[in-house]
Amino acid sequence: MSSRIPLVPENTEPLPSLKGNQGMLAWVSSVDHKQIGLMYLIITGVFFVIGGLEALLMRIQLAQPEMDFISPEVYNQLFTMHGTTMIFFVVMPFLIGIGVYLVPLMIGARDMAFPRLNALSFWLVVFGGILIYYSFLTQSGAPDMGWFSYAPLSEKPFSLNKGPTYWALGLLATGIGSIASGLNNIVTILTLRTAGMTMRRIPLFVWMILVTSFLIIFVFPIIASAFAMMLLDRLLDATFFTPAHGGSAILWQHFFWGFGHPEVYILILPAFGIISEVIPVFSRKPIFGYEFVAGSTVAIGLLSVGVWGHHMFAVGLGDVANLYFSLASMLIAIPTGVKVLNWIATMWGGKIIFATPMLFATAFIIEFVMGGITGVAIASAPIDWVVTDSYFIVAHFHYVLYGGSMFAIFAGIYYWFPKFTGRMMSETLGKWHFWLTVIGFNMTFFIQHFLGVMGMPRRIYTYQDFPYWGSMNLLSTIGAVVLALSVLVFMWNIHVSLRRGKKAGDNPWNAWTLEWAAASPPAVHNFDLVPPVRGRRPLWDLAHPEQPDEPNAKVVD
Amino acid sequence: MADNKMLIKFFIASESIFFLMLILAYVNFKGTVVDGPTAESSLNPYVTGIFSLFLLASSLTVWLAGKSLRAQNHTMMKVWLLVTIMLGAIFIFGQGREWAGLIEQNITISRNVFGTTFFTLTGFHGFHVLIGLLMLSILLGLALFGDFKGPKSDGVEVISIYWHFVDGVWIVVYSVIYVWAFFL
Ligand code: HEM
Ligand SMILES: [Cu+2]
Repeated sequence: MSSRIPLVPENTEPLPSLKGNQGMLAWVSSVDHKQIGLMYLIITGVFFVIGGLEALLMRIQLAQPEMDFISPEVYNQLFTMHGTTMIFFVVMPFLIGIGVYLVPLMIGARDMAFPRLNALSFWLVVFGGILIYYSFLTQSGAPDMGWFSYAPLSEKPFSLNKGPTYWALGLLATGIGSIASGLNNIVTILTLRTAGMTMRRIPLFVWMILVTSFLIIFVFPIIASAFAMMLLDRLLDATFFTPAHGGSAILWQHFFWGFGHPEVYILILPAFGIISEVIPVFSRKPIFGYEFVAGSTVAIGLLSVGVWGHHMFAVGLGDVANLYFSLASMLIAIPTGVKVLNWIATMWGGKIIFATPMLFATAFIIEFVMGGITGVAIASAPIDWVVTDSYFIVAHFHYVLYGGSMFAIFAGIYYWFPKFTGRMMSETLGKWHFWLTVIGFNMTFFIQHFLGVMGMPRRIYTYQDFPYWGSMNLLSTIGAVVLALSVLVFMWNIHVSLRRGKKAGDNPWNAWTLEWAAASPPAVHNFDLVPPVRGRRPLWDLAHPEQPDEPNAKVVD
Repeated sequence: MADNKMLIKFFIASESIFFLMLILAYVNFKGTVVDGPTAESSLNPYVTGIFSLFLLASSLTVWLAGKSLRAQNHTMMKVWLLVTIMLGAIFIFGQGREWAGLIEQNITISRNVFGTTFFTLTGFHGFHVLIGLLMLSILLGLALFGDFKGPKSDGVEVISIYWHFVDGVWIVVYSVIYVWAFFL
């Protein structure tokens, strides 16, 4: 490294300590991947609470028929902001952030390839979030056209308020940040691996981040251009998406979902990565079928860009298009199913330890499969025509997003918290958190499948007193309260564990990937000496020289 | 480090998708105009074609600048950078002239879908040219202060890759807008 003069205070103590480091300025000006990673996690935690409160307000309003706890206008703003927040400011930046923290450690690097770019990505996400939330302070309030912002509702004259403009600007900023982090990850993974860390040996989490990053750099430009067009429509009276002036509202749908469907894989692939790290360690077995997990991810990545039309069955694209999009969507179930089989085969016959990360990982499989099954069902155009825009859809995507991504995120937090902080999280509180989450989550969302089939539309601020609707919705709302409780337990767990958690040591779970060879929390420079890598489980090879994973591997130093 | 060049290549791949969408929007609406201006009725392929030649030539000169860098010919590198900037600026001047002419006839971004897609596509391309000119000027400025003695410089090479890309995009844009409207 060339000599450089620090312009800003640099840390001398391992993170996340603020001791001896020069306070806030050291954080704000940081270009260290661990520090930026932690900032991502903190900021997404804040957004998770905000998005969760928005959800709770909606659920309270829906608890009984014909309530007027919140007005229809505010309800519209709430579901728009809730969906946007959870997707763009919680799940996505969390997964990017934990990737930024872990990828360099997992491949034995000192930092990301472009540390400053890394900081830029993070701050763009933060400012994008601020921009969107600022809209609440404007006279006309927050955006209220739903998270996919269909034209012409999002256009003049139907939305004369400024909300949608803030929405598009904020997401544009965030999206540019995401593209930059995707580029950064790709170059890091392709060029900064330590000696011996071949592409066939990188942890599966790193594979998932790599495929996700490719998806990001190829699909975010789609939505960036659509946001630009939407802004031009709104600010300069261009006519892209206004049918009244020759534009096309359907074009927006194609652009949005051309991005939107791959986006759901951006939200789930890194989650698969977390699960693929946790399950082997807590089953005390190497992952079953590494190549299949990695390969099927590449297949998912490729397929995911060709199925956007399943969000548009109600448009009337024609029989041929509907048939194609149905079949192509169902095809994705195959590589996804392959992974589920791999995880189960890894657990099969293993000495399973049900610590909190493993509990969440196991539940992830079940809840995610549940969401996957409804997903395959609505990939069939005729079924979708029946349930589209009903609570069945709300149930489906919360099963994959909460039951999938969020469960994996919790698994990841419990698993890597010791590495991030040097302390273990409380197992007792962890189990409370886990069971409250499972109960609250299923109570909130399972019933919504039935509500949907019974005809309850999504995005309505209230409903009439139809038979059972009141009690079913009440159950769902009680579930949401339990879920809120689970989040409180989780936050309390973080709070006490940070202060009084058991000291973790370098490798509390007896795991095998390189990040566990670094100190907990890792030194500012990550490794004094990167252990030799002769297989997929460097720390196993180190501990069992007589029984290496790849007995014939060439030694590279 | 090869990192910088790898970064710019993936960045360009990403940017290509961005332009692809703008082009798709243009193509999607081509032929749907029922009243008001169209490419056929309002553009001049020859004048724009001539200004395009300046941009194409600038790809050659930026390549020559890189060649001078490798030959450690500092003076010629500065000269070629300057020429590149001038050629790019002439192209932008041409685009400004074209836009001004259209706006004078009340053909604007809000007039109809032709106006919308035309100004958006050429506008974003022009914006990229401006960014390129800015970066080239910074390079030239640094070179005047003695940087880039060669034979290698990621800065020069990365920006020249970007500049070739901006050029390549224009070839596609010109083909889609002008060649399609007038020569097919
Ligand atoms: C904390 C627990 C959660 C609860 C109680 C909850 C509840 C709700 C409710 C009540 C709606 C509005 C339904 C409607 O009126 O149509 C909704 C919409 C939505 N939620 Fe959640 N949600 C939660 C977590 C999440 C998470 C973690 C994600 C994503 C990662 C998410 C993504 C969405 C999306 C995308 C929408 C659609 C917004 C729209 O219609 O534009 N939610 N949620
Ligand atoms: Cu989809």
